[in-house]
Amino acid sequence: MRWVSGRGLTYLIGVAVAMFIIIPIYLIALMAFGTDDFINQFPKQFIHTAETFTTETIEFFWNFRGVQESVVASLAVAGITIVLSLGLGAPAGYALARYRFRGDDAYRLGILATRAFPVVILAVPLVTTYITWGIDDTVLGIALLHTAMALPTTILVTASVFVGVSTDLEAAALTLGCTRREAFRRISLPLALPGLAASTIFTFVLSWNEVFGAAVLSSRNPTLPAKLVTQLGESSLRFRFAGGFFILVPALIFMVFVRRYLMSLWGVRLK
Amino acid sequence: MGPGARRSRPQGRPSPMSRNNRIALMLLAPSALFLVIFFAWPMVQAILLAVRDDDGFTLSYLNRMVDDRNFGPALRNTAAIIILVIPLQFILALIMALVVSAKLRGSQTLLYIFAVPIAVSDLAAGIVWFSIFNESGFLNTFLANVGAVAAGERVFWLSSASEWRLLGTVVVAEVWRATSIVFVILLAGLQSIPEDYDEAAQVFGASFWDRLWRVKLPLLRPSIQVALILRTILAFQIFAVVIALTGGATRVLSLEAFTWYRRLQNEHVAAAYAALILVISMVVAWIYLRTIRTQERQQ
Repeated sequence: MRWVSGRGLTYLIGVAVAMFIIIPIYLIALMAFGTDDFINQFPKQFIHTAETFTTETIEFFWNFRGVQESVVASLAVAGITIVLSLGLGAPAGYALARYRFRGDDAYRLGILATRAFPVVILAVPLVTTYITWGIDDTVLGIALLHTAMALPTTILVTASVFVGVSTDLEAAALTLGCTRREAFRRISLPLALPGLAASTIFTFVLSWNEVFGAAVLSSRNPTLPAKLVTQLGESSLRFRFAGGFFILVPALIFMVFVRRYLMSLWGVRLK
Repeated sequence: MGPGARRSRPQGRPSPMSRNNRIALMLLAPSALFLVIFFAWPMVQAILLAVRDDDGFTLSYLNRMVDDRNFGPALRNTAAIIILVIPLQFILALIMALVVSAKLRGSQTLLYIFAVPIAVSDLAAGIVWFSIFNESGFLNTFLANVGAVAAGERVFWLSSASEWRLLGTVVVAEVWRATSIVFVILLAGLQSIPEDYDEAAQVFGASFWDRLWRVKLPLLRPSIQVALILRTILAFQIFAVVIALTGGATRVLSLEAFTWYRRLQNEHVAAAYAALILVISMVVAWIYLRTIRTQERQQ
């Protein structure tokens, strides 16, 4: 009885919010697959006909000078970032999950505290450092910044992943004659793999989406968002919309793969 | 160093612990070293760049920042965006979390849809909303279709002539993009509240609002605080949404840092802006940590 009126209202609100989230994404997709006339006309149409649908706008964007190079740069940055943050972060996460040691709380607090710092500002001072190191305007330089941004999350996420992998199995392996290293490689690691994969995808999305740092740290070798943001002012509508759609989609696709983990990593479960 | 670590250290048996210490140190050292070089040191360096030139300490860069005619608007706009966006986000996120935790059929689908914007970059969000707000965009089409404006007439949402309207478009895009993360944190908080509490309140005849105000919200306080600091600090860094929507007509702090670095080629003033964002964020974090500590003491 309590929920007779409440349930309808709850659905109504839920669907309204869902529409608010989905419709703008639908609209940018509409633009990205529209002809030039379709993009520039007013009033706009909310649906394609056979005449207005085209892949030419996306092709135009893809063949625009420097776009393919910037996509390659974006993927390279994301790749290096993933390797670095997993390579540095996973051992730390494992240590936090498995050992009690002097200073573990201090370390954990330090990692949490990084969230209270504005990462945006790292880019400006890093440029001067990079110039002395000779890695200014390189993929590696941007990847190092992205690693600094992703590492705290990677550490906390891998820690929670390894906490979820029972120590009993590892202990059993040890009693059966495995070394610590073997026990980790043959027991804990395979069990933690899906969680680590999810964390990897978060790192990819973070790096693929990051704008400010990449725009500051690159000039001739920009990542895709850095290229877009510096060219936005002088570019045509079709370039903008196709570009916006192009950065949006990979992130969305990847998130679909990890949506189950997204929730468990943030501690949300649906019972 | 918390009390938990001290308690768990077995006394009189130092050897396994020191072995653990060594292994843990080996596993932690690389990440700690990396964060010192690429996180902590650049923070210090930002401040040094802002207050030092070749001859030593100087206030000239800070003065140039403060005297610049864009400084006031940038500070005001950033503050206005934060003050407008954050309450809206928290109200919307709470509604979303309550809808999902009502556990109706289809909750799971709603949960996934609500979480989608987490993957959307600020630049993409800006471009998405540009397609809606530009003068021949979807919003004006919609208004014309429902007859809210005369046929052929358009509202110039993104005209720099109306600063507040322009700011409003940024607020809408930010609410759209960044409410999801608040939602996820609040939902996690809601789900950690034992169901008995809510059921007990129901048995005693408490209304929906009573249960929300007196049971759920007080228990959600830690989650709200975490989400609050995360969002506030991220909001101080707002950048690409503003460029994509307003073309830079709305000045904000990080945009000034970028402009001074890129167009005016002055890394010192850019660093001054960076340092300012850092200091403001630190103050916010300090207030946040203080509140947490008071809360822990109360428990």
